[in-house]
Amino acid sequence: MNNNLFFYFRKIKSGVMYGLCVLSVLVALIPLLLIFYHTISLGASALNPDFFTQLPKPVGESGGGLANAITGTLILVGLGSVLGLPVGILAGIFLSEFGNNKFAATVRFMTDVLNGVPSIVTGVVAYTIVVLPMKHFSAYAGGFALGILMIPIVIRTTEEMLKTVPNSYREAALALGIPQWKTTLRIVMPTALGGIVTGIMLAVARAAGETAPLLFTALNNRFWHTTLDQPIASLTVFIYNYGVSPFEDWIEQAWGGALILIFLVLLLSVAVRIATRQRY
Amino acid sequence: MEDVLEKEDIEIKTSTIIPNTTPAMVSPPRTVKIKAESLNCYFGNVHAIKNVSLTIPENSVVAIIGPSGCGKSTFLRSINRMHELVPGSRITGSLRLDGTDIYGMDAVTVRKRIGMVFQKPNPFPTMSIFDNVAAGLRMNGMRDKKKISEIVERSLQQAALWNEVKDSLSKSGVSLSGGQQQRLCIARSLAVDPEVLLMDEPASALDPISTAKIEELIHELKQRYTVVIVTHNMQQAARVSDYTAFFYMGELIEYDETKKIFTMPAKKQTEDYITGRFG
Repeated sequence: MNNNLFFYFRKIKSGVMYGLCVLSVLVALIPLLLIFYHTISLGASALNPDFFTQLPKPVGESGGGLANAITGTLILVGLGSVLGLPVGILAGIFLSEFGNNKFAATVRFMTDVLNGVPSIVTGVVAYTIVVLPMKHFSAYAGGFALGILMIPIVIRTTEEMLKTVPNSYREAALALGIPQWKTTLRIVMPTALGGIVTGIMLAVARAAGETAPLLFTALNNRFWHTTLDQPIASLTVFIYNYGVSPFEDWIEQAWGGALILIFLVLLLSVAVRIATRQRY
Repeated sequence: MEDVLEKEDIEIKTSTIIPNTTPAMVSPPRTVKIKAESLNCYFGNVHAIKNVSLTIPENSVVAIIGPSGCGKSTFLRSINRMHELVPGSRITGSLRLDGTDIYGMDAVTVRKRIGMVFQKPNPFPTMSIFDNVAAGLRMNGMRDKKKISEIVERSLQQAALWNEVKDSLSKSGVSLSGGQQQRLCIARSLAVDPEVLLMDEPASALDPISTAKIEELIHELKQRYTVVIVTHNMQQAARVSDYTAFFYMGELIEYDETKKIFTMPAKKQTEDYITGRFG
C-alpha cells in the first residue's frame, strides 16, 4: 500500500515536471511566432518587384523600394565577416588547442567582456578609429563595427565546439605522424564543423540585425552606393528611419524591410548548413 | 590457470626462437629496436615512471603488465612521445630507437616510425572506412590515388578486416562494431608503415571473439613489426608475447622471457601478481 502511494507520487512528480518543460518550450516559442505573424501580416503587402529593384522614393511620392538597403546590408555583413570570421575562428583555435596558459585565460575573459559591450559603444569606437581619420562615414567603418561585434561570438563558439572534440581523435592523428596543424585543420575542425557553423551563423545574424553601430559608421544613403568608402544604406537603419516616420506607406515599407531581413538571415543559414553538411 | 599457461608455453616455443639470455642484461641475438635507460616520467610532481631501463628486440612482441596506475601506459606513451602532450609532463633519461635518441628527433618523425593503437577504438568520425585508413598517407602528402587504394587494401587485409568491409568502404568508420573499429584503427596505424606498433590495452573493450582476432593479428604483425602491448589480461600477455615486463608503482620489477615470467619469476612480487595474490 505504502509502495503504491510512492509510485503514484513519483508518477505525479514526473508528470508535473514534464508539463513544466513543455510549457517553457511554448513560452519560448510564442514571441517567435508573434514576430513572424506580425512581420508577415504587416510587411507582406509591401513586397512587390519594385521593392527589390528600386531606390526609395522622395517624401510625398509613393512606391519605390529599398534595393540599396538590401544590397547594403549584404555588403556590410560581408565586410564584417571578412574581419570577424578569420580573426574569430583563428583565435578560437588558439584558445582551444593552445589555450592552456595565463595569456589564453586573459584572452578568454576579455572576449567575454567584449561580448557584453553594448553595440552602440562599438559603434562609437568604430567612429573614433575609422570615421574620424577618414573624415566621412563609409561602408568600411560599418563593416569594421560589425566585425568587432562578431569576433567574440565566433571566438567563444569556435573554442567551445573544438573542445567538444574528444582528445582521442587528436591523439590518434598525432600518433599517425600527422603534424599538429594538419591534425587541427583536417581532423579536429571537420569534427566540430557543425557547431562552428552555428556560431558563425549566430554572429552573422547578430551583425545583420544591428542598427546602433551603423548609425555612427555606415550612416545611411538614399541612393546607390558606388564605392565602399562612402555612406551606405542598410535594412536596419532603413527600418529605423521609416518605422519612426509619420507616413503610412513608409511604415508599411519598414515592415517589409523587417520581413526581408528575417528571411535573408534564414536563407543564409539554410544555404550555409547545406553547403557544410557532413556526410555521416 | 596452470593448464592454460603450459599450453601457451608450447605455442610460444614453436612460434618463436627465444634466446636463452635475459634481454635486459645481455645483448640479445636479435637487433635492439628500442632501448630505455634510466627513464623517468613525471606528471607535474607525480613521479610516474621510476628509473626504468629495458631493451626491446626487433620483431618481437613485448607485453607490459601490472596493476592499474603502475605506469604501463605512461611508459608506452613515452616511447612515441605522446606523454609530452600532457600539460606539465616531463621526462629524463634516455630512450633510443635504433640507437638514435627519440627525444632528439622530431616528434612527428618519431610518431611516423612508431605507431599506436589506443584502448578505445577511435576512428575519425567524419571519415569513411577508406578515408580513415588513408588519412595518415594523405596527410603526409601522398597524392597517388592508385597507390593509396593499394595500401588501404593491404592494410585492411593485414588487420583481418578486408573481407568484412570490402563492399562498404565508403561507409562511415563509426558505423562498424567495436571490434571492427579497433581493427580499423590497427589498419590505419599499419597504413603509414611504422616500424614499431604500440598497443595500449587494444582488446580491453572487446568481446572474446574480437579479442582472439586481435591476438591472432599480433602474431602476424610480429613478422614485420616490433610490437609493444600493454595489457591487464595476463593470459593475453602469456599468449601473445615473447617478453613480459612487470611494472609496479612506476618501477620495472622484472623483465624476462614471457615463458620464464609466467613459470618461474625471479621476484616474489611478480609471482604474487601473476598468481592473483595482489593487484
